[in-house]
Amino acid sequence: MTKEKHSSSGPRGHGGMLVAGEKPKNFKKTFRRLLAYLKPHKNSLLLVFGAAILGTVFSVIGPKVMGDTITVLFEGAYAKFQGIPGAAIDFPKIVQLLLLLAGLYIVASLFQFIQQYIMASVAQKTVYYLREDVFIKINDLPLSYFDRKSHGDILSRVTNDIDTIATTLQQSLTSFITSFVTIVGIIIMMLWISPLLTIIAVLSIPLSLYVIRPLLKRSQKHFGVQQRSLGELNGHIEEMYTAHEVVKAFSQEEKSVQQFKKVNEELYDSGRRAQFISGIIMPLMSFISNISYVLISIVGGILVIKRTILIGDIQAFITYTRQFSQPISQTANIANIIQSTIAAAERVFELLDENEEEPVHNAIQNRKTNGDVRFEHVDFGYGEERLMTDLNIHASPGQTVAIVGPTGAGKTTLVNLLMRFYELDGGRITIDGIDITKMNRDDLRMKFGMVLQDTWLFKGTIKENIAYGKEHATDEEIYAAAKAAHAHHFIKRLPEGYDTILNEEATNISQGQKQLLTIARAMLANSPIMILDEATSSVDTRTEIFIQEAMENLMKGRTSFVIAHRLSTILGADVILVMDKGAVIEQGTHQQLLELNGFYADLYRSQFTESA
Amino acid sequence: MRKLMSYLSSYKFLIILIFFLIFIQSLSQLYLPTLMGDIVDNGVVTGDIPYIWKIGLLMLVVAAVGVIMSVIISHYASTVAMSVGRDMREDVFTHVSKFSLQEFDMIGTASLITRTTNDVTQIQQATIMMLRMFLMAPFMLIGGLIMALSKDAKLSLVILFAIPFIVLAIAFILKKGYPLFQGVQKRLDRLNMVFRENLTGIRVIRAFAKRDVEQKRLKVANTELTEISIKVNRLMAFTMPLMMFLMNATIVLIIWFGGLRIDSGNMQIGDLMAFIQYVMLTMMALMMASMMFVILPRATVSAHRIQEVLEMDRNIVTEGDMSADREKGTVEFKEVTFYYPGADEPALEDITFKAEAGNVTAIIGGTGAGKTTLINLIPRFFEATSGEVLINGVKNNDTKLTEIRSKIGLVPQKALLFSGSVLENIRFGKEDATEDEVKHAAKIAQAEDFIEQLPNGYGSEIEQGGANLSGGQKQRLSIARALVRKPDIYIFDDSFSALDYKTDKKLRQALKEETEESAVIVVAQRVSTIMDADKIIVLEKGKIAGIGTHEALLKENKVYQEIVKSQFGEEENV
Repeated sequence: MTKEKHSSSGPRGHGGMLVAGEKPKNFKKTFRRLLAYLKPHKNSLLLVFGAAILGTVFSVIGPKVMGDTITVLFEGAYAKFQGIPGAAIDFPKIVQLLLLLAGLYIVASLFQFIQQYIMASVAQKTVYYLREDVFIKINDLPLSYFDRKSHGDILSRVTNDIDTIATTLQQSLTSFITSFVTIVGIIIMMLWISPLLTIIAVLSIPLSLYVIRPLLKRSQKHFGVQQRSLGELNGHIEEMYTAHEVVKAFSQEEKSVQQFKKVNEELYDSGRRAQFISGIIMPLMSFISNISYVLISIVGGILVIKRTILIGDIQAFITYTRQFSQPISQTANIANIIQSTIAAAERVFELLDENEEEPVHNAIQNRKTNGDVRFEHVDFGYGEERLMTDLNIHASPGQTVAIVGPTGAGKTTLVNLLMRFYELDGGRITIDGIDITKMNRDDLRMKFGMVLQDTWLFKGTIKENIAYGKEHATDEEIYAAAKAAHAHHFIKRLPEGYDTILNEEATNISQGQKQLLTIARAMLANSPIMILDEATSSVDTRTEIFIQEAMENLMKGRTSFVIAHRLSTILGADVILVMDKGAVIEQGTHQQLLELNGFYADLYRSQFTESA
Repeated sequence: MRKLMSYLSSYKFLIILIFFLIFIQSLSQLYLPTLMGDIVDNGVVTGDIPYIWKIGLLMLVVAAVGVIMSVIISHYASTVAMSVGRDMREDVFTHVSKFSLQEFDMIGTASLITRTTNDVTQIQQATIMMLRMFLMAPFMLIGGLIMALSKDAKLSLVILFAIPFIVLAIAFILKKGYPLFQGVQKRLDRLNMVFRENLTGIRVIRAFAKRDVEQKRLKVANTELTEISIKVNRLMAFTMPLMMFLMNATIVLIIWFGGLRIDSGNMQIGDLMAFIQYVMLTMMALMMASMMFVILPRATVSAHRIQEVLEMDRNIVTEGDMSADREKGTVEFKEVTFYYPGADEPALEDITFKAEAGNVTAIIGGTGAGKTTLINLIPRFFEATSGEVLINGVKNNDTKLTEIRSKIGLVPQKALLFSGSVLENIRFGKEDATEDEVKHAAKIAQAEDFIEQLPNGYGSEIEQGGANLSGGQKQRLSIARALVRKPDIYIFDDSFSALDYKTDKKLRQALKEETEESAVIVVAQRVSTIMDADKIIVLEKGKIAGIGTHEALLKENKVYQEIVKSQFGEEENV
């Protein structure tokens, strides 16, 4: 579960050179689908391709013109050197050629610019929509999806995978085209100049590939090992930091550092190997190109002497061989880049293809809610295992339902079902007689106010966080809610008051204060049915008095489901649900349950009788 | 970046070696065109084929030297870069391991994790690029200039004329690009943050039907990132063609002026051809170097974040070397006052009490009353601002930190376990615990039953963060871990909260026998769980509002009465 998380710690994108290879499962399908994202930019893309091809063509012609200029120079100078009377360098011709050359370069640069410029918005807009689709999807996925997948995994799809796609679109896509055109163009130019020299130059291609392939493979293997060590190391870091209090209390710092060093050393070793191999690919490539450079110098020199080739063409040829190696190493890696990009896209699409929450057709319109809640013959289980069978609960408007039982007994399961975070396996739940599956999900959920132990707050001001409960709430309403939740007092004492910005993990206020804020939020939302968790571990004793009053206020006149920890709540409840191991095992009033002399009676005695 | 430099400096000999090798490699790269020029001038013009072969072979040797250098460079460059990463990671980790709880809170655990992992990797990546590409540029530039000057000093003026333009272009792009790249980083972080909030808060978002609001927040973050990314990439689109153009324009000028010089007999054609190639090599190197600013902003941000960690002022604790066993099983606070750094009001004020061996001392109080702060002073996680804390009768700064902590069995509020087997987790408390000791501890912690039901019993693997166990199971293992040490002092920081009432009761009974010679300090939320404590300390706003037994406090302590009232309701109170 946590393994995927660490992939997010690796370097982003692929910088165009080396990628640890992963194979997509269904290449064709994913590829087509990715193309569909590019379709709206069809015209721009055609323009980009056109510009890429033209730009490359112009820059490929350049060296030849330069070579011609050199030839003119050489011939004039050579004639002069030989003492031929009246011989001179043909400067007007040179001016002409140089102007042509300058023109070619300007046009080539211009096209290159156009191509990159357009591609910038095509690439970024494409990933924009890809990201947006993921964002929309996330809010439509059933909660069970988030139980299955770790946050790290989902996050990595949005960050790393989409980033890989963006890099490929921005850099690699056009460079594939230019590489291809360059290679073809250069070969044509070379053939035009000298077929013999071309053979020498082109021989370097299979040679390069022959050298690169096995190296790429080896480096990928080492990158894989590196990635694994990195994952292990990051896991260790995460664990030790999270539990630093325990590590200290048991004086295990030394041991943890030792273990860290060991994995760190492994990471160093595999990383060094991977980097080394990937580092020698380029020099080897340029060595091969140097060999052909030397051969061309030699053979070319001899050919010039034999008058079968012009001196400037050698210059042109040398420039061509120099320009040859880069596109070749790029094409050599094309397969890898495409593969990892498609694999990345596949992971993103996988998320987009997850089943969404079933939409509600012909939803019954939102009406005023009385708060009559019924579970009728409800069957439910998260997976294969059935947790609840034929569960029946009835809460009349204004009643309080107390849920008791040990932690992990499945109290939140009831909440999940009420809010329709999960679908039932059988039976139905009704509110005021209407099946909740017939209601619009948002309408349904708006009927509930929630104060859970899980105090979710976001980065923003305290005011914004409270106002989350109600859109367009006025300041007065916010203050009133905060006062009712007994949060006003502590907020006022904060340096910036209501405008204090909660940081990312909201570590700048205490756990108890966070809970107070969530109560204020529920106060403001003013929903007809309440779900409250009295859990005591975060908000405690003195504050609890206030909170209890606040919660009592919240419950007044509303149907309330309370995950109860206080005896007073239990005794005052209209129905007590006793839960254990995920199921409701007993229900009734306090008196009825005591008479039953079962689990509840046991629980009650062990907890409260000593005091009574 | 300064920090990075200091890490690099410990490999200065290797780096000097790399410098040297790169120098040779650059020379070999630059020497090739010279030789080629010679072939033209001395071989082609005069028709001397053996000369061509001779120089050709020499060129091959030079090229071979170049590639050998490159391979060695790659070896040392990856060694240095990975070493820097390794050292930095190790320093950060070791440093953070010594952080006090306060220091941890200052940066935040999550942020510390990314700093140790992601940020270091980022820097490592930048170091590799720097050693491989960036260093090459100055050598190529200087070497190329020297070669050009030696070939034809006057023609070199063209290069000298072109260089300011190129430098200006790079400077311009850097100036424009740097803040943009930083902006990309910031907005990317922002997008990730909002998205992460969406994941963690999914229940709340749905419960409040806030899909649209969140969608809008994501959209804004997404749009902002896209906008700046387009800007950056457009700037980049401008860069390459511009540089290419500058390079090609220089070459055109060189051919022109070179032609004039050849015409006047001051230069040979081969020299001109070599010259052109010098210009190409030099400028290519410069362009490669300018790519560094793609990586640099990311690395600078990371370096800065790491520096912040490494430079955090740590409170150095003074340690003595007395052994802490004067009065076993006792904890004593004498007029202890504690301020959080920078706070105007004390978190704890004038705390005096003594927890005796064989007794249960309970601490109760409201939010912010200072209960956990008080607990944290015992293992010396925090340092008392004034007053004395005595462990086993010895002042806590008269002895070693490890000595104090070896006397304490702490069960924190949150049951934190480690990946590894159940056995290893319990042994975390006492490395050399025998199997019997482990089993005994598990039995008292009421963990025996569920452990034996696990597929591999004590050998069963626990996932990271104990993800495969329930809250109650984790808590019981966390208790067993403390029990196995048989410490003189037990600290339970609200550590029974996830247990059901039955287990809770059984555990308390079993504990009683186990802790006959130890001090037991319990922080509690529920009065019912501490009613039979020997001593209850009622904290309010950092001060002791009362000490006594349940009965005594119930009679005369107002704060306590209020607490009891809130928890039991009036009728239970009798």
